[in-house]
Amino acid sequence: MRTRRAVLLLGTLAGAALLAPWLAPYDPSASFRGFRHAPPMPPRLSEGLQAHPLRRESLLDERFVEDRTRVVPLPWSRDRTEPVFLLGADASGRDVLSRLLAGTRVSLGLALVAVLGTTLVGSVLGAWAGAAGGRLDEVMMRTADFVLVLPVLYVVLVLRAAMPLVLPSAVVFTLMAGIFIAVGWPVVARGVRGIVARERDREYAVAARSLGAGTMRVLVRHLLPACGGHVAVQASLLLPAFVLAEATLSFVGLGFPATQPSWGTMLRDAADVNELTRFPWVLAPAFAIIAVTLTTNLALQPRTAERPLATDASPIAR
Amino acid sequence: MAIYCVRRILLALLLVWIAASTAFVLTRFAPGDATFVEEQFLAPAAREARRAQLGLDRPLAAQYAGWLAGMLRLDFGESSLYARPVGQLLRERTVNTAILAITALLLATVLGVPAGIYTGRPRSGLTVPLVRGVSVTLVSLPPLVGSLLLVLLAARTGWLPTGGMTSADGSASWAAWLGDVAAHLPVPALALALPLAATLERLQSRALAEAAGEPFVDAARARGVSSRDALVRHAWPASLAPLLGLYGLMVGTLFSGSFVVEVVTAWPGIGRLMVDALRARDLFLVAGAAAAGAMCLATATLITDVLHAWLDPRIRERA
Repeated sequence: MRTRRAVLLLGTLAGAALLAPWLAPYDPSASFRGFRHAPPMPPRLSEGLQAHPLRRESLLDERFVEDRTRVVPLPWSRDRTEPVFLLGADASGRDVLSRLLAGTRVSLGLALVAVLGTTLVGSVLGAWAGAAGGRLDEVMMRTADFVLVLPVLYVVLVLRAAMPLVLPSAVVFTLMAGIFIAVGWPVVARGVRGIVARERDREYAVAARSLGAGTMRVLVRHLLPACGGHVAVQASLLLPAFVLAEATLSFVGLGFPATQPSWGTMLRDAADVNELTRFPWVLAPAFAIIAVTLTTNLALQPRTAERPLATDASPIAR
Repeated sequence: MAIYCVRRILLALLLVWIAASTAFVLTRFAPGDATFVEEQFLAPAAREARRAQLGLDRPLAAQYAGWLAGMLRLDFGESSLYARPVGQLLRERTVNTAILAITALLLATVLGVPAGIYTGRPRSGLTVPLVRGVSVTLVSLPPLVGSLLLVLLAARTGWLPTGGMTSADGSASWAAWLGDVAAHLPVPALALALPLAATLERLQSRALAEAAGEPFVDAARARGVSSRDALVRHAWPASLAPLLGLYGLMVGTLFSGSFVVEVVTAWPGIGRLMVDALRARDLFLVAGAAAAGAMCLATATLITDVLHAWLDPRIRERA
């Protein structure tokens, strides 16, 4: 039940990410002159879900007041006259909600791609090591152990910094996915290897082999399904870890370029204490990150009673 | 035990060497070097002179050999970013990170373990689900987000300073300095400690509940031990083993977490130094920070492992 709810929420987020260009009320990089740091304009139930427009009190101070005498329709409505920022506007007068949606696309997309890649690479390497045994197994698992003891955040940081600091977003996306896979695979591989090595001599595998099934067939049809549960748990622990890794890298300026909206680059606005204190709505992506971690933790908690939770068991947080 | 320790120390030194060398080589091969910021302002000849001064014109092998020879004498070279010896910078910053990490660890223990004992005991009422809910929420509060929220809270209320390690200059008295640091410490330390405390609470709660169901607790009760003593004296010690295992994992968590927190709250620690060095392509500083980081990590892991071996004879035998 909990798992289903978690899948539902993550699915909603993923759906929002996919549909971001259509859901976003404005172009995420369009800046509205005169609306720098405009506060959130909540829709009023009493006014039929319309919002009050903002009146600038002082342009220099970036102080706004709601004009209670008038209402404007929500930004998706056809007859929009003035901008409505449901989650406020950032330092350049860009709509935070639109940027958040566009950022979801980038951040969650990157995390999902990296999780898929990690599970794929990890399963293949782990199954290979477990099935082959011997020297190869030894070497691969020693490598995995070595990668696992490293504080991954630092490794990611150094690897990323070894590349040119400024790169186009698409390149950064591929690069970060690659780095995440490179540091994440041992988490999956170790478990898969263990399960394959244990199960390969069990009756059903031996039976399949004696019926003439080749090594590949036994692996894919009989042994990999046995790893499903482990892989699913690891994958769901990796998702928040990767989301967080992207946010951290972009936050310190080693991730996506500042012009590309992502949860991390948006949080950079919050790095300035003055900005954060006066315009706390720049923290919006932080809540998106919390939503992802919390969902994962709630979903995993009952099933894995003895397992530490996402922020500490994840390879990135180590 | 002695052989075990020696082996572990050799392994730790190997880790330090690999980490520092990798960081060195990667940074050396990275596009751009320490002069890339000054580039716009310097004439080509002046830039070449600067590169020669930093030793960047030498081939990688020669540069690496020189650096490694220095390392063996504990001379880490000079930082191009700060124009100071790297060793000196590292000492200061490592101490700062250690202050932060140890405070966070203590805070997490003081907050988490008693809360876990409280919720692990069989009792009814609303407080247990409440604590549990808070816990699960806090576990999901990564240091990046947590520190931002705490900075916001501190700035809005004005209760605590929001960044840095000290406000006054270094000339103040020892006691004043200590007070100043103590005022700056809660925000970063809490950001680090809260998720850890929550993890500890969850684990302690489960471990205690499990241990309380063991036959030896029933046996103690049957002998007439009060239910409180059966829990505190018999069940609780048995529930500590998984907790100790978590402390080993927490070293890594603290290390990565402190990096983020240092960046957000401008705490002058080793993580912040690393980012600055990486972004400035400060070769010796990157390598030095990597070495120091690996050293801290190895030391902390070593301490937890030795503690473990000391507590659990089975590990000692295997080693």
